[in-house]
Amino acid sequence: MSEKKYIDIEFSQLDSERMRLFMGPQHPSTHGVLQLEVELDGEIVTDLIPHIGYLHRCFEKHAENMTYPQIIPYIDRLDYISSMNNELPYVMGLEKMLDIQVSEKVEYIRVIFSELNRIANHQIAIATFGLDSGAFTPFLYYFRDREMILTIFEKASGGRLLYNYFWVGGLAADVHPTFKEDITEAIRIIRDTNAEILNLLLKNKIFIDRTANVGILPADIAISYGVTGPILRASGIPLDLRKAEPYSIYERFDFDIPVGNGEVGTVGDCWDRNIVRFREMEESCKIIEQALKTFPSQGDVRENVPKRIRLPKGEIYCKAENPKGELGFYIISDGKDKPERVKVRAPSFVNLSALPEMSRGYMFADLVMILGSVDIVLGEVDR
Amino acid sequence: MGLLNRLNDPIGLDGIIFGTVEDLLNWGRSKSDWYLQFGLACCAIEFMAVNASHFDMMRYGCIPRSSPRQADFVIISGTVTLKMADRLKRVYEQMAEPKYVIAMGSCANSGGPYWEHGYHVLKGVDRILPVDVYVPGCPPRPEALQEGLILLQKKIRMEEIFRKRKRLAEEDLANQMNYK
Amino acid sequence: MKPNEIFKELKVHFGEEITELVENPSSDTYISVKPEKIDEICRFLRDNDAFKFDFLTLLSGLDLKEKLGIVYHLYSMELKHRLVLKTEVPKDSPNLPSLVRVWRTADWHEREAFDMFGINFQGHHNLIRILCPYDWEGYPLRKDYKEPEEYHGNRVPY
Ligand code: SF4
Repeated sequence: MSEKKYIDIEFSQLDSERMRLFMGPQHPSTHGVLQLEVELDGEIVTDLIPHIGYLHRCFEKHAENMTYPQIIPYIDRLDYISSMNNELPYVMGLEKMLDIQVSEKVEYIRVIFSELNRIANHQIAIATFGLDSGAFTPFLYYFRDREMILTIFEKASGGRLLYNYFWVGGLAADVHPTFKEDITEAIRIIRDTNAEILNLLLKNKIFIDRTANVGILPADIAISYGVTGPILRASGIPLDLRKAEPYSIYERFDFDIPVGNGEVGTVGDCWDRNIVRFREMEESCKIIEQALKTFPSQGDVRENVPKRIRLPKGEIYCKAENPKGELGFYIISDGKDKPERVKVRAPSFVNLSALPEMSRGYMFADLVMILGSVDIVLGEVDR
Repeated sequence: MGLLNRLNDPIGLDGIIFGTVEDLLNWGRSKSDWYLQFGLACCAIEFMAVNASHFDMMRYGCIPRSSPRQADFVIISGTVTLKMADRLKRVYEQMAEPKYVIAMGSCANSGGPYWEHGYHVLKGVDRILPVDVYVPGCPPRPEALQEGLILLQKKIRMEEIFRKRKRLAEEDLANQMNYK
Repeated sequence: MKPNEIFKELKVHFGEEITELVENPSSDTYISVKPEKIDEICRFLRDNDAFKFDFLTLLSGLDLKEKLGIVYHLYSMELKHRLVLKTEVPKDSPNLPSLVRVWRTADWHEREAFDMFGINFQGHHNLIRILCPYDWEGYPLRKDYKEPEEYHGNRVPY
């Protein structure tokens, strides 16, 4: 028998060759057309370069060539999962510049619909995140519930996904007669499903093992990268524009801001981001319930809609808390009926820029989880 | 259950059917067409809704595949930009014959809302790929996409496999002659 | 802190660099500054305890016909106030210092401004196109931009 030979290696001195791997744009878990150039050392991600722009649809060019109301449908198509939330800052900004006061009823409907759409957005976010981690059931459950919310939107606005519902000075149409009952029923079912999903997915041992302590984003780095929304709150900073600078009628409602506190791992990991989204759904339900209680059913939603919109010379930055973060529109007007420039502060774009920071040093398989937890929409990243 | 009905043939011989091999092949292909799981833009969300519980695409025999090499057809669900056009062409080239394309939404059909000022938008995916079924709408309702699927299946069922093969072979031969 | 107080404070520290405070009743107030020392001004705004602007919300490019403009929207998480800075560069030599070392979020924003307007941020480590393809020609959001006839063999106009 030959003698066993042991090779003595200092592992730190081993120099392995770095590998470059391209992921996307056609990849099932890049959530659209995103390309990631990943540099790997074995299985460890050492660097990451996102290549974006595969869905660059020239929104800002269109905005310069359209009249103010014509821009609203294009705004729907930015973050196409939460169109109602997208329209809100834009119409609020124009109303502020035109000095239009919208009626009480309009404000209520706007808040209720924004919150419903926030729920729908978070449902998709958690559902697709579950899909990325290999859980198919939450996807089916959440899409079943989301269909209910879409039906309510469809009854009110006529569209399932892209609504063009919030108009400058009012709404496109009044809500349908069974609006209150529909929403009450929807909220009951949403809560039921959420209770189920909590045990099925978020408290699941396998899920926790895959997401806890993965993709940690410390708060100071998050701020430096300009990250907002659930990701920032998961890092422990309770910044929510609905509370920090209340707009519309949000200051009338009582709700909390969920923040990540590292229950199963470290503050700011993937699990925290998901639990923050999950708890925000409950807060949205609370807001909707309070709003429905004091909902004024009288009033015309189109009485303040101006016939022709011509902004005074000037500029405004209007913002609102989108499900993904701070969505802002920087509108410059030179007194014509078309804007001089509309610039979008897209939350997904900014949040995605922090992805390399989040994923360096983790396994390649974790990269899918980290990307899923950022919850990007490419329509908004690329505009 | 078209096949089972035919099995109860009035001729009186149980379990025997008369038909062409082509019919059988086409029937098989049309009822198990797998698609490439590939979303582009807003329409992809409606496409996902068709996949999910309410509309349940799998009951048509359509199963999502993540690799183009295993897919029979691809649904172009959204805006194709110029940057994406080259990649899309490559994805299509990787698919095995026979392959089909459904263009979903007005963006894929003709550029949609971005037709005029979209300097970076491809005005219609039929400029780079052969499209079999166009589904209009912005976004099309899930029911509309389902109708598109049924139309595609109809198209597959009416295909003439053997004649096509013969024609292709002849064309090949002619090409070779020309080459010489 | 109100913009006019910030303006006074900046004027004390930077003098000539700070040009004017533009107030308009129906729109946002902004401070216009000269481009050469924009990084120092921003660093000062970030580090000074009275301002604490730790958050760059938005960086946008503008086409002002003869010049190109750059607008910075700042926000302070702690003190909850906002500020708008505006600066202009000439079209034939659009150079100004990059802010990547002040706020890291400026990285992608500056790349976008470069992509759309051709503004050259000096000191940026990776100033390449971000939304358009890497071999795209021209700066799409300039007012005099003409869309190309063809790109990689595909016709662009409808
Ligand atoms: S057709 Fe409409 S919904 Fe579909 S991708 Fe285009 S803009 Fe979006």
